[in-house]
Amino acid sequence: MLTMIGKRLMFAIPSLIGVVIVTFLLTRARPGDPAAYFAGPAATKEAVEQIRKKLGLDKPLIEQFFRYTADLARGDFGNSLTTGQPVATEIKNRLPASAELTLLGLVVSIVIAIPLGVLAATRPGSWIDHLCRVTTTAGVSLPVFFTGLVLVYVFYFRLGWSPAPLGRLDVFYSAPPAVTGFYLIDAIIARDFETFRSALSQLILPAATLAVFSLAPIARMTRASMLAVLSSDFVRTARASGLSPGTVIVTYAFRNAMLPVITTLSMVFSFLLGANVLVEKVFAWPGIGSYAVEALISSDFAPVQGFVLTMAVMYVLLNLLIDILYGVIDPRVRLEG
Amino acid sequence: MKRRDFLKSVTGVAAGAMVPAPAIWSAAKAQARSETLLIVSESGPNNLDIHGVGTNVPGYEVSWNCYDRLITHEMKTGPGGVAYYDRDKFKPELAEDMKVGDMSVTFKLKKNAKFHDGAPVTAKDVKWSLDRAVSVGGFPTFQMGAGSLTKPEQFVVVDDSTVRIDFAKKDRLTIPDLAVIVPCVINSELVKKNASEKDPWGLEYTKQQTAGSGAYKVTKWTAGTEVIMERNDDWVGGPMPKVKRVIWRMVPQAGNRRALLERGDADISYDLPNKDFVELKDSGKLNIVSVPYSNGVQYIGMNVKIPPFDNPKVREAVACAIPYQKIMDVVLFGLAKPMFGAAANAPTEVAWPQPTKFVTNIEKARALLAEAGFPNGFETTLSFDLGFAGVNEPLCILVQESLGQIGIKTTINKIPGANWRTELNKKALPLYTNVFSGWLDYPEYFFIWCYDGKNSIFNTMSYQSKEMDAFIHGAVDAAAIGDKAVYEKDVKGFVDLAFKDIPRIPLYQPYVNVAMQKNVSGYQYWFHRRLDYRALVKA
Repeated sequence: MLTMIGKRLMFAIPSLIGVVIVTFLLTRARPGDPAAYFAGPAATKEAVEQIRKKLGLDKPLIEQFFRYTADLARGDFGNSLTTGQPVATEIKNRLPASAELTLLGLVVSIVIAIPLGVLAATRPGSWIDHLCRVTTTAGVSLPVFFTGLVLVYVFYFRLGWSPAPLGRLDVFYSAPPAVTGFYLIDAIIARDFETFRSALSQLILPAATLAVFSLAPIARMTRASMLAVLSSDFVRTARASGLSPGTVIVTYAFRNAMLPVITTLSMVFSFLLGANVLVEKVFAWPGIGSYAVEALISSDFAPVQGFVLTMAVMYVLLNLLIDILYGVIDPRVRLEG
Repeated sequence: MKRRDFLKSVTGVAAGAMVPAPAIWSAAKAQARSETLLIVSESGPNNLDIHGVGTNVPGYEVSWNCYDRLITHEMKTGPGGVAYYDRDKFKPELAEDMKVGDMSVTFKLKKNAKFHDGAPVTAKDVKWSLDRAVSVGGFPTFQMGAGSLTKPEQFVVVDDSTVRIDFAKKDRLTIPDLAVIVPCVINSELVKKNASEKDPWGLEYTKQQTAGSGAYKVTKWTAGTEVIMERNDDWVGGPMPKVKRVIWRMVPQAGNRRALLERGDADISYDLPNKDFVELKDSGKLNIVSVPYSNGVQYIGMNVKIPPFDNPKVREAVACAIPYQKIMDVVLFGLAKPMFGAAANAPTEVAWPQPTKFVTNIEKARALLAEAGFPNGFETTLSFDLGFAGVNEPLCILVQESLGQIGIKTTINKIPGANWRTELNKKALPLYTNVFSGWLDYPEYFFIWCYDGKNSIFNTMSYQSKEMDAFIHGAVDAAAIGDKAVYEKDVKGFVDLAFKDIPRIPLYQPYVNVAMQKNVSGYQYWFHRRLDYRALVKA
């Protein structure tokens, strides 16, 4: 097992090097001059040149690249110009915010989508199947920012049930002492239930927004996979042997239908983590997606590179985790194979 | 679990966490709320020090409130009864008094002035800070230069509490330039302790924390999320501010900023779209303040080096074809001051900005274009900055449509905010819309940047004229020696010439729009257009 993990990580190294080179070149190839941008509205040509020198952008590209990789090797991702902070610190602070939101959204989504998919598969053509189809189609076709804004409008602006969409905590609460970076968990560790409640109530709307969006792939995949398994020989055998429908569906069919669902989950998770920019914007969420996009808009190289690199590493780790999970769910799966 | 039970329990959990969660629970928090001002805006600072590399505009707001200058402006009543800084009257802030001599000005510091860490403010700190402003390069050095403050030798420590500033030359803008944001006084000992060989001015340190003597100090800053500032109870720069704590949150979504205001959760927001402001104004639930940008104009520029805009007749034709009133009504919802349509017999004033005599006249535009040799029009591109698309995009579409009527076919070229300045710097855009506003509210200041032959970045039209330069420099020199008659003649001269040659067509003076709760008062308009927390009161 350990050698397998080691091997997998080794294989990841060339792709990471590729990611470093490509992001470096891509950010440089973009139009736009960060020096002119950051020299401010009233800058003269000389002022722009001074800034360029300070940022090291007057050096040849190859020298910039070596300097960048040397810094990377030391764990230094550089400084963001838009926020003024080291990129590594920013990502460290923002990744948990995005991850907490995404995970919660995903959990909500799983809790609704998987039973929905299973029920739809066991009763194809019934009203629950149609319900599944309608909700997933609606969920995936409503743009996330739209769902988010509607939820804010209804639950905050109209009804006043939800707190103001002001990020992770109400303004008058301070963050719990950081252990995991997940406010819900940190608040429980600190036994600060008021903060826990505040953090949870801030999370509900954005998590619901994400859940609505990610319902579709999970529910549809569960349904399709369940349908395939339910029509297979071993299920027929199980049924013929007189096992109860519950045992057939849960113990035999569901477990075998899980593999493609897990794959979809991993894809949905990594996709959401990077792509929930719009949700982060709507809810003023201090996450990693909005950070990267803002940096991109202002030609701020370092955070973009840091973001892409972090995402690449996360994909590698996530894929590894999924492969290990495969083995747990279905012992027939050989990791080397 | 049965499906029904399951669905019930899920909605139950969600509702349970949502319903009983009021914003404030305990009495202590309600108390904190009444002494705290919650500001929401689209973006926040990237650096707490205005001397930093590439400090953005929200960063200026922090500097303004957390640092003191030697002097500041008095207040007067401005347009619409709003408190407005008085361009011509100064009052001491860190200084106790100011003596202006022929070629120098001497400041005596307030004896009891202290930095946030308790160290007294001395003349050495002042000199170090001013030296820093003229030495670090970039925007601060440039801004100091605008007032002929360029060399550290100009700042002289007379004794512990006296500083003299020697003039490099007579310049009317030197004293006003000492009251802008840049010449702030920094705790030199504290910053020097945290400076390094690579960073002798300690820019890395002041980027993350405030080291001043101002009315507020930053206690927490999470970049891109929030800034929390607490009142400095030992402040001597002016009357003690009423607001104890300022929480400034970044809310990127304009709709949410409006919702926060309407629900009463946020106290102030100042960058909402014009349409929202008009609707909020009409609803009457909030205090809405609209003040024109001082010394600022949105305009249509034409590059006079690129044919056919090298022909003054073509430029005049364009100026006659702009749908001025439509822009005011449809794009700005009336929230701007028109800079067109002055009466035909109205005399030129000694003021800037002032309206041109142009009105939309398609017939005349067609005739002028024919006269210029383009009876069938021509093709060109019309560029704008996507960073301000909310106004620029509809504006350009209206202009495009109107120019189409006289045969000028335009392709709209949207340039992302990050590239806008680079593109302007190249001076290769034939036709574009842009806005310029100067901190120092003097006509000649505007013209030096925008029309002078030395062709600065803001002379986006590459307009060069000996006659224009003569008027501008005449006015600058006359102002320095106080020759009012010559000054007035020259100002009228350059305004008339700018309208006759019309390389840029003024459209309107934009408004600063601030929306606040009814219980918030004390808003002051400043040249930098950011908020001054020191005067705000929350009842």
